[in-house]
Amino acid sequence: MFDQFDPADNKMFQVIDNNGKVISKEWMPQLTDEELVKLYKDMLFVRTLDYMIVSYQRQGRLYTYPPNYGQEAISVAAGAVMRHDDWLVPAFRELGAYLAKGMSLREIFMFNMGFEEGLRLKDTNHMLPMSVPIASQLLHAAGIAYAAKYLKKDEVPFAFVGDGGTSEGDFHEALNFAGVWKVPIIFVVQNNQYAISVPVKMQTASLNMAIKSKAYGIKGLKVDGNDIFAMLAAFRFALEYARKESQAVLIEAVTYRKGAHTTSDDPTKYRTTEEEKKWDLKDPLRRMKLFLEKKKLWSDAEEERITEEYKKEIDRQFVETEATVQYPLEDVFKYMYAEMPQDLRDQQIEHEKFLQWKNARK
Amino acid sequence: MNIVNAINDALDLKLSEDKNVVVYGEDVGFEGGVFRVTEGLQKKYGVERVFDSPLAESGIVGTAVGMAVAGLRPVVEMQFCGFIYPAFNQIISHVSRMHNRSRGRHKVPMVIRLPYGGGINALEHHSESMESMFAHIPGLKVVVPSTPHDAKGLLISAIESDDPVLFLEPKRIYRAIKQEVSEEKFSVPIGKAKILAQGTDVTVVAYGAMIREVQKAMMMAKEAGISVELIDLRTIYPLDKETVAASIKKTGRIIFVGEEPRSFGVGSEIMALANDEAFLHLEAPPKRVAAFDVIVPYPRGEHHYMISPEKIFYEIERTVKF
Repeated sequence: MFDQFDPADNKMFQVIDNNGKVISKEWMPQLTDEELVKLYKDMLFVRTLDYMIVSYQRQGRLYTYPPNYGQEAISVAAGAVMRHDDWLVPAFRELGAYLAKGMSLREIFMFNMGFEEGLRLKDTNHMLPMSVPIASQLLHAAGIAYAAKYLKKDEVPFAFVGDGGTSEGDFHEALNFAGVWKVPIIFVVQNNQYAISVPVKMQTASLNMAIKSKAYGIKGLKVDGNDIFAMLAAFRFALEYARKESQAVLIEAVTYRKGAHTTSDDPTKYRTTEEEKKWDLKDPLRRMKLFLEKKKLWSDAEEERITEEYKKEIDRQFVETEATVQYPLEDVFKYMYAEMPQDLRDQQIEHEKFLQWKNARK
Repeated sequence: MNIVNAINDALDLKLSEDKNVVVYGEDVGFEGGVFRVTEGLQKKYGVERVFDSPLAESGIVGTAVGMAVAGLRPVVEMQFCGFIYPAFNQIISHVSRMHNRSRGRHKVPMVIRLPYGGGINALEHHSESMESMFAHIPGLKVVVPSTPHDAKGLLISAIESDDPVLFLEPKRIYRAIKQEVSEEKFSVPIGKAKILAQGTDVTVVAYGAMIREVQKAMMMAKEAGISVELIDLRTIYPLDKETVAASIKKTGRIIFVGEEPRSFGVGSEIMALANDEAFLHLEAPPKRVAAFDVIVPYPRGEHHYMISPEKIFYEIERTVKF
């Protein structure tokens, strides 16, 4: 696959076209009908959840949120390929992978409502919290990969970053460390064409993002990030290669952020509707739906029914989370250190005395 | 044993008893570090556990975060204090925050070793003392030994700590002080200062390479009939307020001696401590003997910058006679 789709030729790995027609039988993942439907439903769930979270934000019920709209195939495919012990090292736009790793809706809501508690990730195995300082998390993944290799554990980190993140020093340091150390790791660049308002052509003069792999002596692959089958096949191949050869792989997933950067952003200011319409044809759900419809595995009626079901369940859990979350004062102090310094304890006690005084005044 | 030997001994001991300990950084492996602190360890423990990393400080610290989360106890070296800044984002955004933001789910048991301080005629960027910057970051612990014994004991505590520790090494006295240090394993607790000399007239608080300078000043004080109580902080954060406050209450006078820029420094914290905890016991204004708020001068000008025993004695005398 790496030779067939050499980033130096600027070829993009695709399995289906915009109409859901298989154009590369050779690389089409072998999936049962049931698995096919599940994959689509996973994307649909992510899209519905994402939509609901944005609505809650608009209602003032949670804070700033980075929408996943349009990029669902990438994180859903990663989630489908990752094994229980593989590590998810996210940036902050990988909803499908969080869910696959076992992050609960409650935690997703809590994080976006403003509770660190949402990052406890208590039901997940091997997942780091989302990371906002751009590209800094990639180094953690390289360290995890080193530890896994040293401890002789078959655990591969999947580390995410955006197109803007490829300009950060930590991106290059992470690829370099992973290359020198010869550790199995999958770096994923979600190239959604914009870093907030800055188009990708202003981030790099490289032919594409995947070609950057060559500078670090690792393999790279440019993949259609809106083609769920291509993402699935690419991740599987990369994971297999990484494990077998103990090497890093850089995957560029070419996609489009259909939503805003975050709920505080207005993309109409920096891109045209013409451009958005062009990308609508490449929408990952649309393409897979067309594929499924031809196989008579899916219908609009089914989609409507399931979407309603999802919405109900998401809303039920959201309302429940809303009603039961709290942020006690002790949580501000409790987790700062594994072993809390006396001085910090004293600061808490001092503040509690003030609160007692304040309450007595009422 | 000098401080270099003592640190090497602590690393050796932890490497031998805990296979999760790994040691790396620039020139740390084959060469044993530019100060030879890790000399011989690669030969003894292999290139998987003691190794040279690519030359990238953010990379060194960032990968250590990942290793720590995945179960190792990495001990990384920043070659010189002035080279740590590329790693600052990792330290402030992840090393110090991971435990809190994951609500204790992910511990980060890692140590960043950092040779610091001036007075050795070094090149630009090689002489800074910026411990306050790190002590100001919630989530970190910051320690500074001043003797071979404490260097060994504190490093063992730092490696065994489930919290990330910044371990500052006073490179000016790396080889200047020799001491009998037990070959056995022992630890010096983080967060505990040590009273090095009992006295009645004035408390002097210092750490790292400044301890030796204060001790020289104390000889002059002794001749002048002044009794000095010397406290070695050993840990910058968490500060041992109890020991310092008790001493100020006893002597009624406090002088801080440090080689970092005076404003907003560790000394400022000691001044605040004197006010908070011992205000009514004070018989003279608390005083800081610290470096100027300037960039460390190049070697030919460094003597203007470094704190001399005479300067310390000058302030001791003024404070006692106030």
